[in-house]
Amino acid sequence: MEIKVERIDRYRWRIPATGKMRVPGIVYADDSVLSRKEQNEPLQQVANVAALPGILKASLAMPDIHWGYGFPIGGVAAFDWEEGIISPGGVGYDINCGVRLAVTGLSRNDVASKLEALVNALYQTVPSGVGSTGNIRLDRKEEKKVLRRGSRWAVSRGYGEDADLAHTEEGGCLENADPDLLSPRALERGLKQLGTLGSGNHFLEVGTVETIFEPAVARAFGLFEGQVTLILHSGSRGLGYQVCDDFLGRMTRLSKSLPFDLPDRQLACAGIQTETGRAYFNAMACAANYAWANRQVLFHLCREVFQRVLDISPRDLAMHLVYDVSHNIAKKETHVIDGKPRPVCVHRKGATRSFPPGHPELCEAYRLVGQPILIPGDMGRASYVLVGTQKAMEETFGSTCHGAGRVLSRKAAMKKSKGRSIQRELEDRGILVRWTGRGTLAEEMPEAYKDVSKVVDVVHGAGISKKVARLRPLAVVKG
Amino acid sequence: MKAPAARKAGYRLIDHTADLGMVVFAPTEKALYETAGAALFDILAEGIPPGPGPAETLHIRGEDPAERMVNWLRELLYLWAGKGLLVRDIRVTRITEDRLSAAVRVHPYDPKRHGIKTEIKAVTYHRLRVGPTSKGWEAFIIFDV
Repeated sequence: MEIKVERIDRYRWRIPATGKMRVPGIVYADDSVLSRKEQNEPLQQVANVAALPGILKASLAMPDIHWGYGFPIGGVAAFDWEEGIISPGGVGYDINCGVRLAVTGLSRNDVASKLEALVNALYQTVPSGVGSTGNIRLDRKEEKKVLRRGSRWAVSRGYGEDADLAHTEEGGCLENADPDLLSPRALERGLKQLGTLGSGNHFLEVGTVETIFEPAVARAFGLFEGQVTLILHSGSRGLGYQVCDDFLGRMTRLSKSLPFDLPDRQLACAGIQTETGRAYFNAMACAANYAWANRQVLFHLCREVFQRVLDISPRDLAMHLVYDVSHNIAKKETHVIDGKPRPVCVHRKGATRSFPPGHPELCEAYRLVGQPILIPGDMGRASYVLVGTQKAMEETFGSTCHGAGRVLSRKAAMKKSKGRSIQRELEDRGILVRWTGRGTLAEEMPEAYKDVSKVVDVVHGAGISKKVARLRPLAVVKG
Repeated sequence: MKAPAARKAGYRLIDHTADLGMVVFAPTEKALYETAGAALFDILAEGIPPGPGPAETLHIRGEDPAERMVNWLRELLYLWAGKGLLVRDIRVTRITEDRLSAAVRVHPYDPKRHGIKTEIKAVTYHRLRVGPTSKGWEAFIIFDV
């Protein structure tokens, strides 16, 4: 069935509430995003989400919308904390997949002659690729501490500094985590993968600040033009997948007893206040904490590599975390509904929190300017730093986009790359690349993704976040 | 899409923007699960050695063919992703209203002898279709990769 959309303004489109939809859908997009015929399926998913009980205001989609399991990627939906549902399909398999950006005190020229040595050392030191295991071996007891404490565990074991915690969403720890809710399988999968990057679209990138759009905010974030940066994109590894799979199975079995019809089995869900709903919320928090600990460890490993290869003191490197954002998560947050603050369960799946200046959840350093938002692009073009806005609080439950989104299937990308050296093409553009998986480079080539600049232009134009800086890659390690 | 002839068991891959799908066809429901399981490992890895590995018996819950298929493939994927085992010689021994039982052989993954072809991260319900056709049984499954 073709989904009808109505234009609201330049960057917003409405899917009117028809049939079983309880609220309308609202999609942030420009003409180029919605004109593609393959967008009908994700729009149908926006409509499906709008039919779930307890949904508030609208089923939202960001301009990097594309087809996902149950919820579309780029989907945002908030549910009433008492009457609403929670759905693993609204979070995604890779729970708390996210991005962190760190800056250094160095300029491009400071590292130019050692860039190759740097990327080689990062590739050798940071475990990456399918099923990769790290150097941290946890026993069951220690693993549960990771799951309860997230980044705090990592810092307490010497992987980083207290200052890193303040610059992480939620301080790198969701307090409601309860490891006893995880299956033996999920726990088993978490034992060996802490401190690993993973595969697919996960990466680490040494880059540089190319353009600054908002000098005052950039200053508050510690950014300057020509500065050397580090981006990490990783998640909760096999443990997060297992938590999602376990609860999808459990909620699917229970879905026959739900008082409404599920439009898609992948939308299996439970009332937030039911035993299963609460169990998922608290198990998901464990996986989220695992992901934060993972990125904290990865960041620490990278920081050590920078110091070693550049033969520089921590003080001269001056590497500090700008921020760590989650883009696959469900959270209890307070938002204004019908003029009154209310606790809601916000699902962000392929979407990033975008909190404005003055928000009480923000750390001291960013309270006056707003939350840093990191939007990675493909490995050949650009990434962006944005800042959260009040408009996002009013319109999107404090949310914005998360990245570029694929435009070519993996097979199509492989076909398109035949006879070409993607490595050489990137090197010609001044970007060094190292990778593990056999097909990774071709599958992840720049043309396989949408141009992130177009996605960012929409959220900037719509005012749900504002451009602060554009970064460009210098060296990339892919799993 | 024209349904493939299902007199013989087999599978083919379907391209999907972010992920990977497969159509599996077989003469019987039992053969459908066996073929889907073999296809999963065919997609995942190469270089599985001949000869018997240790035997395992698997019991899968599922109240309809679709649920059985997803839970079956999830179980096999767990043996790979969680335990590092490659599975072959799959024989479905019994299907009841809510259960599937199978005997398989497992081989520990050895990076010196085996190669990873594609990473599959999850088996999904998205557009899942499992059921009888005029020629036998057929399933459509999408994997998260």
